[in-house]
Amino acid sequence: MEDVLEILMNDARTTPEEIAKMIKKPLATVKKQIKAYEQDGTIVQYKAIVNPEMVEGNQHLVRALIEVSITPQKDVGFDHIAERIYKFSEVQSCYLVSGSYDLLLIVEGASIQTVAEFVSSKLSSMENVRQTSTHFLLKKYKEDGKVFKVAPRQKRLNITY
Amino acid sequence: MYVSKLVEDLPPSGIRAFFDLVLGMKDVISLGVGEPDFVTPWNIREHAIYSLEQGYTSYTSNKGLAELRKDIVKFLKWRYDLEYDWDKEMLITVGASEGMDLVFRAILNPGEKVLVHEPCFVAYAPLVTLAGGKAVPVITTANEGFKVTLAKLEKAYQKGVKAMVLNYPCNPTGTSYTRQELLAIAKFAKKHDLLVISDEIYDELTYDFEHTPFATLPGMKERVVYLNGFSKAYAMTGFRLGWVAGPEKILAAMTKIHQYTIMCAPITSQMAAREAMRNGAKAVAAMKREYNRRRNFIVTSLNELGMECHMPQGAFYAFPSIKRLGMSSLDFAQDLLEQEKVALVPGHAFGSQCADHVRISYASSYDNLREAVARMKRYLERRHGKK
Repeated sequence: MEDVLEILMNDARTTPEEIAKMIKKPLATVKKQIKAYEQDGTIVQYKAIVNPEMVEGNQHLVRALIEVSITPQKDVGFDHIAERIYKFSEVQSCYLVSGSYDLLLIVEGASIQTVAEFVSSKLSSMENVRQTSTHFLLKKYKEDGKVFKVAPRQKRLNITY
Repeated sequence: MYVSKLVEDLPPSGIRAFFDLVLGMKDVISLGVGEPDFVTPWNIREHAIYSLEQGYTSYTSNKGLAELRKDIVKFLKWRYDLEYDWDKEMLITVGASEGMDLVFRAILNPGEKVLVHEPCFVAYAPLVTLAGGKAVPVITTANEGFKVTLAKLEKAYQKGVKAMVLNYPCNPTGTSYTRQELLAIAKFAKKHDLLVISDEIYDELTYDFEHTPFATLPGMKERVVYLNGFSKAYAMTGFRLGWVAGPEKILAAMTKIHQYTIMCAPITSQMAAREAMRNGAKAVAAMKREYNRRRNFIVTSLNELGMECHMPQGAFYAFPSIKRLGMSSLDFAQDLLEQEKVALVPGHAFGSQCADHVRISYASSYDNLREAVARMKRYLERRHGKK
């Protein structure tokens, strides 16, 4: 039933009725499968991908990628300190990565000052955080597989053999 | 004035006026398009751009780039265990359409006949006529899923038939054949010593079973001209690139015409096709999965609307019946376009016996398909209300 997932990942608005038709399975089976995915956490949430630049009053929202170097703790490694960090609502995403630093954060704020404030007062001051490096995002070209561009004109003719 | 009798007498498409109507209209949801809605995969486009940057802008050998012909031959061996000589039995053409034109011109003497199943792609019969031959229709019907059967072939066969055209999966019906079904057709071809011109341009879009190239059937390779190309599987319609594989003598004859008329297929398209051959399989599989779901969705929806529709085995077309409505497919298409702004192709385009059907292309986004189904529903309800 990975079909169900692929369909919903492409368009979460697709109804169970439509999915049942697409994959030729009974409606009840599809509904049950979706429920199971929701319950076991395979499907975490349904949401729209929005281009923030198009939302009024939102144009000044800033995002930053922050590289964080931390000292792992006995027994719990990176997990405990990661949890302390990702619980801040400013942190949109948090990844443990290989390479020259440990955690990669995506942080969002109303202005550069807000983000800077978060980094200096909350993040850097944290015990076990050794070093941070902040990169403000300047332009969004593509996110979650979607290209952020105004829809191009239709290129196909309306009728061809 | 000046126009030859042969061309003047060629029957014009009966639905030209309808096409013009569609082209002049705005905000239409079109299910009338005979090409993928996907853009050519980026790696293929990128390779075309790269070849231009490198300065590949010249003619190629008449038969096409040797590397590309070798790639295709290798692909056929891997995909279907089918062997061709890359130099003597393979020709790169400008779309499979050019291959079709070449083969008729290469084999037909004046008045010789070719069996062409109906409904079928619009070009076959006119191309036979232009080559000086005569097309003999094999009428297939909805109750048999528009399949060409032994009985139908025998009934249509007449003296002077030299070859037969097969197109599977078929545009406009989506009909395709299992190996078993094809064996019966092969037997017929052998019995009457016919050349089989097999247009398998939609082969990669076969959903319910494995596609069997006609040339892989026992004893068939030497009597099959195998046409294929890059348009449908790799969403490369605008690149205009196809190929033909077949017996050396016929290929040599076709190449003779090709070298005088076309010289060679465009090099940029050939370079792009090399990338498609080498690294295209993943994109093809993803598109096929998507088409399959759309097929299931649209065919189920059409049947729910009362537009009776067999389950097509391939391509990206559904070919439902509108008989119940008691109107011709042209009237229906016109009505639907004017009232609900949904465009589809009337069955008339694909054969004289297809006035009860319309072709619906599901090479369109779900948003479009959903909305089109809703609009057709509204139209049908209104029409029933009136009665």
